[in-house]
Amino acid sequence: MAIVRAQGLGKTYRVADKQPGLAGTLRHFVNRRERLIAAVQDVSFAIEPGEFVGFLGANGAGKTTTLKMLTGLIHPTSGTVEVAGCVPHRRQAAFLGQITLVMGQKQQLIWDLPPLDSLRVNAAVYGIPPAESRRRIDELADMLELGDELRRPVRKLSLGQRMKAELLAALLHRPAVLFLDEPTLGLDVNAQARVRSFLADYNRRFGATVLLTSHYMADITALCPRVLLIHEGRLFYDGSLETLTQRLAPCREVRLELHAPLGADVFASYGDVEAIEGREVRLLIPRERLTEQVGRLLADLAVVDLSVSDPPIEDIIGRLFHRGALA
Amino acid sequence: MGRYLSTLRIFWIASLTAELEYKANFVIELVATAGNLVGSIFVLSLFYGRGQSLGGWSWEGALVVLGVYTLLEGVTSTLLQPNLSTIVAHVRTGSLDFVLLKPIDSQFWLSARTFSPWGLPGIALGAALIGYAAWKAGATPSPPTLLAAALMLVASLLILYSLWFVLAASSIWFVKIWNATEVLRSVLVAGRFPVSAFPAGLRAFFTFVVPVAFLTTVPAEAILGRASGPWLLAGGAVAAGSMALSRWFWQFALRFYTSASS
Repeated sequence: MAIVRAQGLGKTYRVADKQPGLAGTLRHFVNRRERLIAAVQDVSFAIEPGEFVGFLGANGAGKTTTLKMLTGLIHPTSGTVEVAGCVPHRRQAAFLGQITLVMGQKQQLIWDLPPLDSLRVNAAVYGIPPAESRRRIDELADMLELGDELRRPVRKLSLGQRMKAELLAALLHRPAVLFLDEPTLGLDVNAQARVRSFLADYNRRFGATVLLTSHYMADITALCPRVLLIHEGRLFYDGSLETLTQRLAPCREVRLELHAPLGADVFASYGDVEAIEGREVRLLIPRERLTEQVGRLLADLAVVDLSVSDPPIEDIIGRLFHRGALA
Repeated sequence: MGRYLSTLRIFWIASLTAELEYKANFVIELVATAGNLVGSIFVLSLFYGRGQSLGGWSWEGALVVLGVYTLLEGVTSTLLQPNLSTIVAHVRTGSLDFVLLKPIDSQFWLSARTFSPWGLPGIALGAALIGYAAWKAGATPSPPTLLAAALMLVASLLILYSLWFVLAASSIWFVKIWNATEVLRSVLVAGRFPVSAFPAGLRAFFTFVVPVAFLTTVPAEAILGRASGPWLLAGGAVAAGSMALSRWFWQFALRFYTSASS
């Protein structure tokens, strides 16, 4: 029985069609023109309890709009949504008590007070008895490696500490479904890793269902066996991350640092040349030939340094959509 | 209901803790409020200087009106202003989403979330002035009078709240609404004087359009034991009506927010 189910989900916005500048503003004032923009169209998927699903898409692809429909913050224009057996936009207490939304760009903690005060407010709002809420705070603080930070005013916390406290506040009522919108945004690599391992731990320990959006490919690869990929408001891919990366990024990026600069023609037999800057060269080499070609590169050329990486997810997605290779 | 009360307690403790970081504020507010009150009394005394009266009200009666006004100002600084100004901030930063996702009435959350102690001196001074002036005016604190006075004060608070809330809620469309509340505040200043002191046109405006009459004059009449049945009923009806309006308006604004926000 799916815990999140979207069927033919769509959202159309009415936006003002306005030219820039004063003249445009005046013209718009007199003759108001509106355009319909389909932010999300015909999106269908189902998520089983306990699944950890990544939600991918370029900026403006419709991720946040979909998340807002799933959490009931906006009404869908078409289609149906069901989360934890409820219709989200009715916002019944039974529904709200089972979900949570964490947004990397927005915060719910009270700025001037220590997180513990905000947690007390949340406990009261969700009707969690004091003893139980203390127990949960201890447990979550332990998992998040938060200690004294909970007693310091939020404004004095680092971004990473604040995000962890935000997570604690968002999870105090032990929701069954977590919607996470860029929870690692702006965090340094260590803090990202800690948030990531916490989320994996939480998912395992409480069997919670998680839908995660992130621009950091590392978040997705570490956490999400399954991904949904949305492009221009439509669902493009729903399946395992492995199949997706193979399909999306059939190549890996190889960076070379050479002893001396060489011409582009030298590299033609190894892979696609992305860029050459003096002694530094970036090549794209198909996954299945990677070992062989790297071996050849090292044998044939005077290489000072060599590294292999996945191109950034935004790049991969952008490139594939550009070529239309996904369909 | 119990959950709402315990939530309210937590809300207020949290905001008191935050506010008490700035203790000097209390003294400053006390001095400012007392200064304001002295100024208002002086202005009022000018009208009564040569044995004249204001709209048929005695000096003591007019002081009761001023007392009710001071009390309302105190409540505004304690609850209305701090809470309703955050609605605007919530809309601007998008943190309204967090409020809407809590399993609690969003109007309750937005209206009761903070409690700022800085208006308390105003409430105390207002209450003291009411007590003193009513005693000087020879009002008898009989049970019916006390009951009517309490009812009309509650009604006036509800009306004031609704006016503020509707205005603040319209920030969902206009985001930068905060200047409009300043306009409201300056219109409400008219409540310092008995409504009968104004010319007929303004009197009608302050009774039927912006119900300033029900904010201060009617409660003062009730305190002085002069309120007639019809006025009491009208006060109750206006209060109930404006509360219903504020609730309806919020639901309406939210429908707009939830179908248009991005």
